[in-house]
Amino acid sequence: MRNPICEKIKKIKPSGIRRLFDIANEIPDVLSLGVGEPDFDTPWHIREEGIYALQKGRTFYTSNSGLAELREEICSYIKRKYGLNYDPQTEVVVTVGGSEAIDAALRTIINPGDEVVYPEPCFVSYLPCILLADGVPVPIELNADTEFRLTGAQLEAAITEKTKALLLSYPNNPTGAIMERKDLEDIAKIAIKHDLIVITDEIYSELSYNGPHVSIASMPGMQERTILINGFSKAYAMTGWRLGYALAPAGIMEYMLKIHQFAIMSAPTVSQYAAIAALRNGDNDVRMMVESYNMRRRYLMEAFREMKLPCFEPFGAFYVFPDISEFGMTSEEFSTALLKAENVAVVPGSAFGECGDKYVRISYAYSIDTLKEAMGRMSRFINKMRA
Amino acid sequence: MDSEAREQILQLLEKDAKLGINDIAAMLDLDIEDVRSEIEQMEKDHIICGYHAFINWDKTEDEKISALIELKVNPQRGKGFDRIAEKIYQFPEVESLYLMSGGYDFTVILRKATMKEIASFVSSKLAVIDEVQSTATHIVLARYKDHGLSLVTPKKDARMVIVP
Repeated sequence: MRNPICEKIKKIKPSGIRRLFDIANEIPDVLSLGVGEPDFDTPWHIREEGIYALQKGRTFYTSNSGLAELREEICSYIKRKYGLNYDPQTEVVVTVGGSEAIDAALRTIINPGDEVVYPEPCFVSYLPCILLADGVPVPIELNADTEFRLTGAQLEAAITEKTKALLLSYPNNPTGAIMERKDLEDIAKIAIKHDLIVITDEIYSELSYNGPHVSIASMPGMQERTILINGFSKAYAMTGWRLGYALAPAGIMEYMLKIHQFAIMSAPTVSQYAAIAALRNGDNDVRMMVESYNMRRRYLMEAFREMKLPCFEPFGAFYVFPDISEFGMTSEEFSTALLKAENVAVVPGSAFGECGDKYVRISYAYSIDTLKEAMGRMSRFINKMRA
Repeated sequence: MDSEAREQILQLLEKDAKLGINDIAAMLDLDIEDVRSEIEQMEKDHIICGYHAFINWDKTEDEKISALIELKVNPQRGKGFDRIAEKIYQFPEVESLYLMSGGYDFTVILRKATMKEIASFVSSKLAVIDEVQSTATHIVLARYKDHGLSLVTPKKDARMVIVP
């Protein structure tokens, strides 16, 4: 039989966390700090709205771009947060998670050979999605010295004549880094100067611990060249509902909708009804969860200080990204050794790009009790390694 | 220490009284000594009145039951409800006592006891207080949630071990 697999997908490497995942899965009582999703249940009033939608038989397709009511709520949320105006009719699409929006955004703007610059370490889907869109990935390697923020100089150095787009994600998975207004201003100027399209994945925007999140779309002259992506997974603990959205100028959205329409039809209807409740009545839930994450974040930072494990202080998402280079191991070796010695699972930084290899990602989407136990084990492990 | 920080300390302790001072200080980004002295002060001021373990007695051999009693009273001239409350809460059988708005005056929650003990307490101690007009005793059949915490066995973390 002929080889059924196309060349493009053959070239894409399997996920870097696969091996560790397989080992961790074999261990019965593994204490995991490896999860990239909230530990909270979706707030009850939101789940109830989903149940009510089912009860009412709201089980049909919605319009391609999503329920009108939800699109209106999304636009008013964005207006409230960033002062940006988007037309609910022509500038929003409700997607299957932020992930679909990233894929569709890239496929909307990339011609074969176009370069897409993006900071690394970053979420695992960016590189494969750029490749699948026939783009050329151009990672910009960041490190803890700049707190994993992208600087204007770094961006400028990566831009060539073929650069079409910049793909940003702050607050960042896996580093927990944020970009503040002054950082974004520099980036915006360069994006305008080189006429770049910016795709900004702001799925962790609500999980900001040093003042409210700033969107690059709100910088002067940026809205017209920005595809803004967000969703419900992290802010409202709704990962399994698979619901996100993208906002872009009508001239871009028109084409993005084509991809969404033919690949997906419409996002899950029940989830869309639940999401309306989240946007209307979910502020308190978000505040409560953010407060809780922030306490855990500080707790971990203190634990690392005590262990004397270098770690820049992250102000976003629910990850810390300590530097493990003193042990002379790759991040995968370190993670595997920690797993075998102490049953604690963390994610090797290399899963998020080669330059992440000096670090491991530790999630604090866990109770304080779990974190406490894990830090005790990690400290024991580190002390043994240093001895 | 500002009142917001105090409030946060109280909220943490209310959820988990075993939380150490070091942990609280780390979680709230406060100085350890400040947290220590603040908690001591709040204990002195009787803002923190005690530390309890939260026990699901239904999971033990214990067969005793809980009762909630609605009480209607005739308040005394000049002394209002406080004097009557004092007569009631001094009984060691009384676990909680609240003055209520609405259809009756006091909610009395009794310490867990046998049916016999509850009956005897209501008839021979509570109902005979001069000001007590009437009592209505309700027995708790099952407890689902107390002190903001569910008594149902917590479910296991259903998330996958590693998620990017």
